[in-house]
Amino acid sequence: MENAEALLLGRPSDRELTERFVTPGARAGGWLRVGLWTCAGLTGLLVLSIAYTVLTGIGTWGDRIPIGWGFAIANFVWWIGIGHAGTFISAILLLLEQPWRSSINRIAESMTLFAVVQAGLFPLLHLGRAWFFYWLVPYPSTMEVWPQFTSPLTWDVGAITTYATISLLFWYLGLIPDLAKARDTKTGRARKVFAVFAMGWRGSARHARHLKIAQLMLAGLATPLVISVHTIVSFDFAVGVTPGWHSTVFPPYFVAGAIFSGFAMTLTLVVPLRRWLGLEAVITRRHLDLLAKLTLATSLIVAYAYVVEPFLAWLSGAHFERHMYLEVRPFGPYAFLFWLTVACNVAVPQALWLRRVRHSPWVLFALSILINVGMWVERVMLVVTSQHRDFLPSSWDVYLPSWVDTSLFLGTLGFFGLLMLLTVRHLPIIPVTEIVEMKREELPDGPAEEGA
Amino acid sequence: MRRGLLAEYESQGALVEAAKTLRDAGYRRLDALTPSPSDEVCDALALPRSRLPFVTGAGAAIGGALAYLLLWWTQVVDYPLNVGGRPDHPWPAFVPLTFETAVLFGGVATFVGFFVACGLPRLWHPLFEVDGIERASVDRFVLLVDAEDPRFEATETRARLDETAPRRVASFGEGEGA
Repeated sequence: MENAEALLLGRPSDRELTERFVTPGARAGGWLRVGLWTCAGLTGLLVLSIAYTVLTGIGTWGDRIPIGWGFAIANFVWWIGIGHAGTFISAILLLLEQPWRSSINRIAESMTLFAVVQAGLFPLLHLGRAWFFYWLVPYPSTMEVWPQFTSPLTWDVGAITTYATISLLFWYLGLIPDLAKARDTKTGRARKVFAVFAMGWRGSARHARHLKIAQLMLAGLATPLVISVHTIVSFDFAVGVTPGWHSTVFPPYFVAGAIFSGFAMTLTLVVPLRRWLGLEAVITRRHLDLLAKLTLATSLIVAYAYVVEPFLAWLSGAHFERHMYLEVRPFGPYAFLFWLTVACNVAVPQALWLRRVRHSPWVLFALSILINVGMWVERVMLVVTSQHRDFLPSSWDVYLPSWVDTSLFLGTLGFFGLLMLLTVRHLPIIPVTEIVEMKREELPDGPAEEGA
Repeated sequence: MRRGLLAEYESQGALVEAAKTLRDAGYRRLDALTPSPSDEVCDALALPRSRLPFVTGAGAAIGGALAYLLLWWTQVVDYPLNVGGRPDHPWPAFVPLTFETAVLFGGVATFVGFFVACGLPRLWHPLFEVDGIERASVDRFVLLVDAEDPRFEATETRARLDETAPRRVASFGEGEGA
């Protein structure tokens, strides 16, 4: 039976580690092809629904005044949140010198990058005339007006652009030594392709010193960045005076929810990949255990926010706030979304207190799916409930998504899966360089690994 | 490092010992190829600290300053908009974009600075011509001595490297016999 505490199973030599794990996707079986085709099909649906939206307009969505923001904004908030756990693992845990982050680092960073791609689609389409997106950028034009930079919606543009760019640079920087390893262990065309993308990395100590510092600097930048991004996303809501949105607890509440949902998505990805690619030696039960603990911790922060929000509404004495939090959300037409949120995000994660649950990969997988659902439902609930009860009861209405809304959401799930699976199939998804480094620091040169 | 001598070892410990020996003998232009970055190796080679943090800092400062300037000029000077009598110069509303731009510029400067500092991308390098050098990214540890080093003398340096019990000593770069 495997050792539950180890970060690396057995004592593989550097050579074994490199050859087995540098591109583990190359050994993938038929499940990968099934997954790729399924995701490609859903991506096709995404392309069609984007084309339909752009050609016809966003009247094809379920958004009707008073509900101007529906699925699209909820999806945006959810997707961008998923990315945050990846940055947490790659940047914050790097600064905290947690060696266990190494093995799941690349999976988490890829998840971030591809989740941001999905997130970015929604505000772009929501513009209605997406081809005028450059109006959001301050460039000297004959219109002689500027974007309104005191609005959180323009801050969002800056936050998402910066987040996507920094995530990409960070991801690529870490990838370079592993691409060089792939180049040096492959032959033929694969070797040439990897050689180009490794950019001539040769493992020089002088270069490595710069690499480590560059990664540290980017981690230092990404840490406040990741907090700022979901803070700004929450400002989209909190800066307005809508009951249920206008709350100072929103920034920390959104950041905690984002990292919570991201850890759940990391588990959703890591559990099957670990099994299907045979990564049990580098992604051990210890990793799953630690991920589960972080999920539990962030779930508790989210639960605390769920309690504080209605309490503040009650304390404020404001009629509309109390109506929203104490009547509409728990008992209104969307009550099932509210109670599903509480069940999935507060009740379900409590199972993670049990060691036996944290050590059963497929139970963790099932829980992570429920949490993903819960967090998505929470975003929909937050976005929709506050709008469907306007200040004037004559304006009250109920929001229902159209088939285009649903197709867009399913499409982004497919596109995310497609990008992830292509990365898993072709790129060094396990950061072998970092694992070799970790191994050397934890287990210094022993007789077992010298020689070849 | 365009040409010089290399010595190949089977463990990081042996590389570190050899690097220290050569440092003690007065060699300064040394480098190493290792499968993964190692502080121990960098210390043995007495490599200078990377100055990239200054690049990051400068990038972030320039980005932040430019962003604030742009926000101030567009919102306060060129097209002021009176919304409900709010202040003409709402600096708190400029904080998020100033911060985001500082991070963006700092990050891009770090990334570009890293490549400039390393002299990459460089798809061909004399070292890639050495047979079996691929293993330096798997499980071999290679010490490099630059031919430009003032103490470098082909036969003497080779003899000194031989004393450190490497798997092999070889030369790389143009104009050097194997």
